[in-house]
Amino acid sequence: MEFHMTILVGILVTVAVYLLLSRNMVRIILGTAVLSHAVHLLLITMGGAGEGKVPLLRESEGPYADALPQALILTAIVISFATTALLLVLAYRTYEESGSDNMNTIRRIDRE
Amino acid sequence: MNNILVLPMLIPLLTGFVLFFLRPSIRAQKIVSILSLLSLVAVSTNILFRIREDGIIRLDFGGWQPPFGILFVGDSFSALMVLTASVVSTLIITYAFTATERRMENMFFYPFAFFLVAGVNGSFLTGDMFNLFVCFEVMLLASYVLITLGGGKVRLAESMKYVAINVVASWFFLVALAFLYGTVGTLNMAHVSVRVAEAGQGPLLSAIAIVFLVVFALKAGLFLYFWLPGSYSSPPGPIAALMAALLTKVGVYAMFRTFTLMFYHDDFILGTIIGTMAVLTIIGGCLGAVAYTDIRQIASYNVIIAVGFMILGLAVFNEQAFKGSVFYLIHDMVIKGILFLIVGAMVYLTGKTKITEMSGLIRNYPALGWLLFLTTLGLAGIPPLSGFIGKMYVGLGAVEGGDYFLLFVGFASSLVVLYSMLRIFMNCFWGETIINREDQRLLPTRRLIPIALLGVLVVAIGVGAQALEPFVSDAARVMANPELYIDAVLGEVES
Repeated sequence: MEFHMTILVGILVTVAVYLLLSRNMVRIILGTAVLSHAVHLLLITMGGAGEGKVPLLRESEGPYADALPQALILTAIVISFATTALLLVLAYRTYEESGSDNMNTIRRIDRE
Repeated sequence: MNNILVLPMLIPLLTGFVLFFLRPSIRAQKIVSILSLLSLVAVSTNILFRIREDGIIRLDFGGWQPPFGILFVGDSFSALMVLTASVVSTLIITYAFTATERRMENMFFYPFAFFLVAGVNGSFLTGDMFNLFVCFEVMLLASYVLITLGGGKVRLAESMKYVAINVVASWFFLVALAFLYGTVGTLNMAHVSVRVAEAGQGPLLSAIAIVFLVVFALKAGLFLYFWLPGSYSSPPGPIAALMAALLTKVGVYAMFRTFTLMFYHDDFILGTIIGTMAVLTIIGGCLGAVAYTDIRQIASYNVIIAVGFMILGLAVFNEQAFKGSVFYLIHDMVIKGILFLIVGAMVYLTGKTKITEMSGLIRNYPALGWLLFLTTLGLAGIPPLSGFIGKMYVGLGAVEGGDYFLLFVGFASSLVVLYSMLRIFMNCFWGETIINREDQRLLPTRRLIPIALLGVLVVAIGVGAQALEPFVSDAARVMANPELYIDAVLGEVES
């Protein structure tokens, strides 16, 4: 289980890096979204996925699964959601102002 | 109970929310802001003195005993940082009252400034690695908004880069946290420290330490500073001042916490990697500060040099050098605040940004000119101003540790700082006046007062170093002896 998930994290990071390195702003934002999914998966893998039982006292008897990584991921998801939303708005405004979604064109703006 | 420990984060957070609802009345926003900032300063002072009496204090949220819950830990280092950050942000926001455009005030400038302060104070006080990440994000999201607020082509383009870089840096932070949790099974800083010491800092933990180093280096602008000059030089004065005074210092603080409390076992990372990075940062910063003619760029490169200098103290790694770095951190928050406010004011008054385009401003704005001169001397570390004492202790530490090369680089950078700043002063304030007395834009006294107060602080920290010394020594003592911190956090649990 953990082995497969690690491979999947690797694939996701590869995809994300490819997207991040492109010139199109929307692709970069998609890249950051995929990147955050990869790290969420990594967090849950690190907590030991699939081991132990539901950590509810009356429902089951130990050993319980570690609930902390899930709490961490939940927080991380909320944060990456907020950041992605902000990035999308920012990209849209930049597109409106400069008329381009190409990072190469945008980079030239502040050289002037 | 030490509930007071949560207030430095809670006050700005709640104020931010209240200010959202006060949007129609800017006057009410300003009154609430100033009251909240003053109470923030009072609370931080109280915390500092309480720590002096009771030692390190902590607050376990929800009564969860460490290492299971999230907690805030206040030692002298974090309390000093919180106090300085509160005082500096008070003055910068007071300056912003008179210097911010109406439409920005209407679009929630003040709430986001407060969220930024909340994130900064939270990062200083937290005793949990994941909580540190969350506080970093609070601070960064607020800074994303502030840096883009009011728009314009150039700023949007710069902020796109700034946000993208920081998103990637935060991603690395999460990766480091995941590996840390997978390896030592805890995220409580003190507990991590214990586990790392028990297991020995093997290759795996060293690799994690280096990922943390990359994260904080990106945030603090240590060696990985390529994003910094662009994003710090594009926003208007008060915002740039808030960012330059607070954001990079949080990165530096986090680096000190991580490498003095948790990963202090590996000499190669501490001495060689961090030392090399600090030296390269200083050299790169110096080249930039001398090369540019845009005053905002010169000021931004000065931020980078200062970060390098503070990290020198970490690379030297003894109590004396830590003491210097803490002094220097306090000094740097104040001096970067005043520097960016003055630079912002100069750009506002003349409408120009290059030193070649300004001349003879001393006739038009004598007070501003002399304040810039004071800042120049303070930055270079001339006694009795605030920069001197920090540089002296880092120097003493370097001599004690035999790191003469680091000592040389650190002190040589002072000369470059002095040169780069004098270049601004001589080009812009001396020479023939280009602006007619009649045509000059007015610099209202209300605007000058916060800058002047920061100037007073620069002198006061230098002259009153004796009064600060016990707190700073205590901070350095805890850094040099991590078991003090660990005992304060985990002591009661084990016994």
